Amino acid sequence: MTNLLLDAEQLYGELRAGVGRLMTPDTVLVGIWSGGAWLAQRLNADLKTDRPVGTISSTLHRDDFGERGLGAVEATTSLPFEIDGARILLIDDVVASGRTIRAVVNELFDYGRPASVELAVLVDRGGRELPIAPVFAAAKLTLPASQRLSLARGTDGRFTFAVKESA
Amino acid sequence: MLARRNPQLNSHGELIHLLSIEGLPRAILTQILDTAGTFLSVNDRDVKKVPLLRGKSVFNLFFENSTRTRTTFEIAAKRLSADVINLDIAKSSASKGESLLDTIANLSAMHADMFVVRHSESGAPYLIARHCAPHVHVVNAGDGRHAHPTQGLLDMYTIRHYKKSFHELTVAIVGDIVHSRVARSDIHALTTLGVPEIRAVGPKTLVPGDLREMGVRVCHDMREGVKDADVIIMLRLQNERMSGAMLPSAGEYFKSYGLTEDMLALARPDAIVMHPGPINRGVEIDSRVADGSHSVILPQVTFGIAVRMAVMSILAGNDA
Repeated sequence: MTNLLLDAEQLYGELRAGVGRLMTPDTVLVGIWSGGAWLAQRLNADLKTDRPVGTISSTLHRDDFGERGLGAVEATTSLPFEIDGARILLIDDVVASGRTIRAVVNELFDYGRPASVELAVLVDRGGRELPIAPVFAAAKLTLPASQRLSLARGTDGRFTFAVKESA
Repeated sequence: MLARRNPQLNSHGELIHLLSIEGLPRAILTQILDTAGTFLSVNDRDVKKVPLLRGKSVFNLFFENSTRTRTTFEIAAKRLSADVINLDIAKSSASKGESLLDTIANLSAMHADMFVVRHSESGAPYLIARHCAPHVHVVNAGDGRHAHPTQGLLDMYTIRHYKKSFHELTVAIVGDIVHSRVARSDIHALTTLGVPEIRAVGPKTLVPGDLREMGVRVCHDMREGVKDADVIIMLRLQNERMSGAMLPSAGEYFKSYGLTEDMLALARPDAIVMHPGPINRGVEIDSRVADGSHSVILPQVTFGIAVRMAVMSILAGNDA
């Protein structure tokens, strides 16, 4: 159980406003599988961009592959636009150590050389282990390392946050 | 009494060696096929390489020659960023009298992480898996007449790619079934994945009746064998079978069991034609069929690399 109250829908509204300010005419959104991908799809529709939205997976570049093995195989990268010279705004639900972002940036560069890569998140929970910083976070909070925060999407498309004690 | 554990699986039921498709649960076969789908897209990138096996050494141990299989394993390992060492054992230690296990002990001392083994003796990869260090993984790349699991898996990937599901298919395997490790692996995989009708097609000398015990329908008549089939897997007729009493001649064989356009017309209109290669044009398959619109022989080769990447990366992520 948790005493933490995070209204994911309210935070989504703030993320939408923040991302809206960051968008340039040639920014493309790339969501990090899985929570970030949901967010990016909804943002792309709500912000009425006329560009396709990308999805990216960290699976093939994870640094904990040796311990965890290969993760969910449904996590695949799909970048339906030219990466060379693109201005990319990565979207994720939660940033913590920054290791997923490191892996995702490696994955991105397997497809080309973007002009710039930035990051916007719903929640920055601190605990960074790499020199990575989001340009926008709808909320900043500190959680015990034992707690896992993850975004869930209901059948109606609405977002909620789940906090779990990790084993 | 404790059931003896499948040597391919660890205590969590995860794959640590790939020795045979026989005895592997459907979930593991599906996991490999799903993972292969992910790796197929690596071919579309500017950088056709991912770092999952970075710092790992994969030793290709081919006690029996096979340039094609060895090359696809080598490409797969390199796309995963492994260091690949090819040992043509047929020409080295074994011919100097070193035993198989001594060879393995020496290569382990060179810090091998994975052995890809091709051997003319059935069971050789099992022997290696039993005696190698716990962190070392073994992939069977073909042992004797026994098994060729990655070929079986790439065949399953190909079938799923074109047919989407296994549950209503009729699959005909045509040719030298009795000597074929590919046929054996295919039959086990097709059975596990739920294919309702598997046919073994060929002359009595190459398709004996006791194959029925594997749950297949035995057909000695080619027309009966390919009728309404969704998938036709042609096997290579090995030249060495032609001498001796097994078969009269290549020409005679082609007349009875060669896949011609007329024969293919008996199968379903959307049937696919597969072959593990190398093909013998005019012996088991007509050129017009091999190069025709139903043939998926070359896509099989491409899928084979992704399937081998999937197998190696799944193994490398699991501990004994």
